[in-house]
Amino acid sequence: MKFGIVVFPGSNCDEDAFHAARDVFGQEAQYLWHKDTDLKDSDVVILPGGFAHGDYLRTGAMARFSPIMGAVRAFADRGGPVLGICNGFQILLEAGLLPGAMLRNRGLKYRCEHVHLRVEQVDTPFTAAAGVGQVLRIPIGHGEGNYFAPPDLMRQLDANRQVIFRYTDPDGQVDDAWNPNGSVGAIAGLCSETRNVVGMMPHPERACEALLGGLDGRVIFTSLMVAGLRFPDGFVQQPA
Amino acid sequence: MRARVFVTLKPSVFDPQGKTIADALQSLGYGTVEDVRQGKYFELDLATKEADEARALAAEVADKVLANPVIESYRVEVE
Repeated sequence: MKFGIVVFPGSNCDEDAFHAARDVFGQEAQYLWHKDTDLKDSDVVILPGGFAHGDYLRTGAMARFSPIMGAVRAFADRGGPVLGICNGFQILLEAGLLPGAMLRNRGLKYRCEHVHLRVEQVDTPFTAAAGVGQVLRIPIGHGEGNYFAPPDLMRQLDANRQVIFRYTDPDGQVDDAWNPNGSVGAIAGLCSETRNVVGMMPHPERACEALLGGLDGRVIFTSLMVAGLRFPDGFVQQPA
Repeated sequence: MRARVFVTLKPSVFDPQGKTIADALQSLGYGTVEDVRQGKYFELDLATKEADEARALAAEVADKVLANPVIESYRVEVE
């Protein structure tokens, strides 16, 4: 499986994602510069964490205009798996590939710590190897992870089962005291209606080795391999 | 012409910065300050003398870039 990791000016978790894909999971990995216009036969695309284009106006606001995003959108439209991690999630929101928007954290502080996530849905390429209700301990590092969706969109997300991770306590119970940023519905991760585009604020690529404090992020990557077995011809649907 | 664009969070969206500023003002003794909403302000210098054109251009830029319509609304003034 070939991972394409998009590098924007200001990305800073691109090497972490590359390392996880190549060194931990033994897969092919390549960087895709934001000015590129094709994905070079990538089977999965990761938009990594960081501060794309500096995030000066709003997080992710400028990255959606990068030339590579046209190819990412076309890939997503054909069913290709796309994962946005942290700033990558913010970019997917600004680009309209996922619904909703990010606000400053409720407490205004940049939060850098391990959190607990409950897996809500497993029919996505990034959660297929997890169990419903499984609690993952994965680190976050963000100042703007306070997910917001207006009430009508919240109803739509529930109806379509698009919330795939929620912040919980260590036992998997939603509790406001364990919501690090004030996200509505304790939402930590979402998928698209078509389920192949996933955004999450926590960093699974930083939780793939015991040396880094935990292995719970591995399931996000192994899910791709499980999903790959179900789609042996590749995730991307060929044009009719 | 110059266009001014005011971007504010929609009334239904919680503003953590505005709330913190309101709390700070109240703790400084400004008890009559009941609430604060923080926003963004942009001045665009435009190479046109047509007010309608300036207004339309500023609105287009605000729609596409300066504001996120999910959480923000904007107002344009030209002079």
